[in-house]
Amino acid sequence: MRLSTIGYYFREAFSSLVRNSWLSLASVGTVTVSLLILGFSLLLVLNADRMAATLESSVEISAFLHSGVKQAQITSLEQEIKALPGVTEVRYVSKEQALTEMRQSFGQRKDILDGLDKDNPLPDAFRIKTQQAGQVPGVAAKIQTFSGVDEVRYGRGVVEKLLAVTHWIRVAGMAIMIALAAAAVFLISTTIRMSVFARRREISIMKFLGATNWFVRFPFLLEGMVLGLAGSLLAGLAVYFGYFSLARHVNETLPFIPLVTGMQYLLIMLGGLIALGLLIGALGSAISIRRFLNV
Amino acid sequence: MIRFYGVSKVYQNGVTALNNINLHIRKGEFLFLVGPSGAGKSTLTKLIFREELPTRGQVIFSGKNVARMRHGEIPYLRRKIGMVFQDFRLLPQKKVWENVAFALEVTGVSRREIKRRVPEALKMVGLEDKAGMLPTQLSGGEQQRVGIARAMINNPSLLVADEPTGNLDPETSWELMNLFQEINQRGTTIIMATHAWDIVDKLKKRVVALNCGQIVRDEEGGGYRDEA
Ligand SMILES: Nc1ncnc2c1ncn2[C@@H]1O[C@H](COP(=O)(O)OP(=O)(O)O)[C@@H](O)[C@H]1O
Ligand SMILES: [Mg+2]
Repeated sequence: MRLSTIGYYFREAFSSLVRNSWLSLASVGTVTVSLLILGFSLLLVLNADRMAATLESSVEISAFLHSGVKQAQITSLEQEIKALPGVTEVRYVSKEQALTEMRQSFGQRKDILDGLDKDNPLPDAFRIKTQQAGQVPGVAAKIQTFSGVDEVRYGRGVVEKLLAVTHWIRVAGMAIMIALAAAAVFLISTTIRMSVFARRREISIMKFLGATNWFVRFPFLLEGMVLGLAGSLLAGLAVYFGYFSLARHVNETLPFIPLVTGMQYLLIMLGGLIALGLLIGALGSAISIRRFLNV
Repeated sequence: MIRFYGVSKVYQNGVTALNNINLHIRKGEFLFLVGPSGAGKSTLTKLIFREELPTRGQVIFSGKNVARMRHGEIPYLRRKIGMVFQDFRLLPQKKVWENVAFALEVTGVSRREIKRRVPEALKMVGLEDKAGMLPTQLSGGEQQRVGIARAMINNPSLLVADEPTGNLDPETSWELMNLFQEINQRGTTIIMATHAWDIVDKLKKRVVALNCGQIVRDEEGGGYRDEA
């Protein structure tokens, strides 16, 4: 393709954008908003997944023993639990250890626990970790049947609830994004239809002068892609700066929330947003080119 | 150069615009298409550059069957045919030289080549001084000259003109006819649909008369009306 031809394409595409400036702005805005929603819901899901994973790995089973269980039985119980499929770690916590741990977690107000040493109400216990969070209920149920075990507890529901929330964020984000992307495609195709209409005389002259179909179509395709690209760049910038300032803020005030800040994720996502913007633009103009540009 | 074999054209609405046309136009000819409005003159010209498809029959241009051409070939057919219309079909927002350059631009000719060829074409039609003006600043005759410069800039072997002087006064029409004759003398075949009976009578070219979609007369050196 000749340089002068490429110059021609860009001149035509941009003069159309200026001519339809309001519609062009609306198209760009819709692309921006739809990709913004996509970007932020992706980040939300990414972070929630990460959080779920962190929580999952910290879900433990506590198996409390009857009082007066003998040391020999404790040793054999530990062997039995270790032998269960999925169990990765078994730790024995005596009632004395449990009290010490409790004191530590109470910090300055540990005086509440004074006087418990003599008559410690806490039971001896095993703390058990599994490979995956999903194995927790099964393992817990087995342990419950072992003799000497009084009660079995674990963080029932926390992980499930978090995963349900990420599922809904994913579904809702996708639905809103798809609806807005469809609106963006529609607006872009309307913009292109207006461009085609504004230039129908020129198009008919081009045709009898022997312009190829692609020569006639290309500026319109370019126009749609420029609209999509502009929208996705705006969305990308907003997501990038918005998220990083949020992450910084969260890091200062709520440091225990582990936000994802790895550049590799963000760059892949921004690349994806821009590709999607181009696709939306190309789709919008392709629809109008097919319908209104019978070359 | 062009042959019509048993060509008929029935439009979608059922109107028969052409009925069994057989016609052979030789290289270098100057041919007038005459006949009343609605006789099928414009339709006949449109079949040559594939603006319309024949319903029956074949149209052969330079050995190629125009009706059987693939879509991708149509632009290249049109680059070999110059077209001039009654309403000029210029782009009002483009200057004179840009209108002429447009014919080269849409076929991907380089800037340098455009800069070289456009002034030549404007000189041929006598508009070298008006290159920078807009079509609306020109007279009708001058606008049609721009149309002719644009049609001729690709050196087409055939020029098809559909009532090129239909909107012009007699004197301007004669000036343009002289230009068309020059173009023809340099070897370009010309097919011209016209109602300008005085011009047809005076120039004594080949005359093909249509009526109700049929050829009613095909006469070398004939006049606008049937003398018999
Ligand atoms: N696009 C079209 N659709 C339907 N009918 C048409 C079309 N173009 C021309 N016609 C009809 O075909 C006939 C021939 O038209 P045309 O070729 O324009 O004649 P001329 O140029 O000799 O006046 C007329 O009856 C006209 O109404
Ligand atoms: Mg006509």
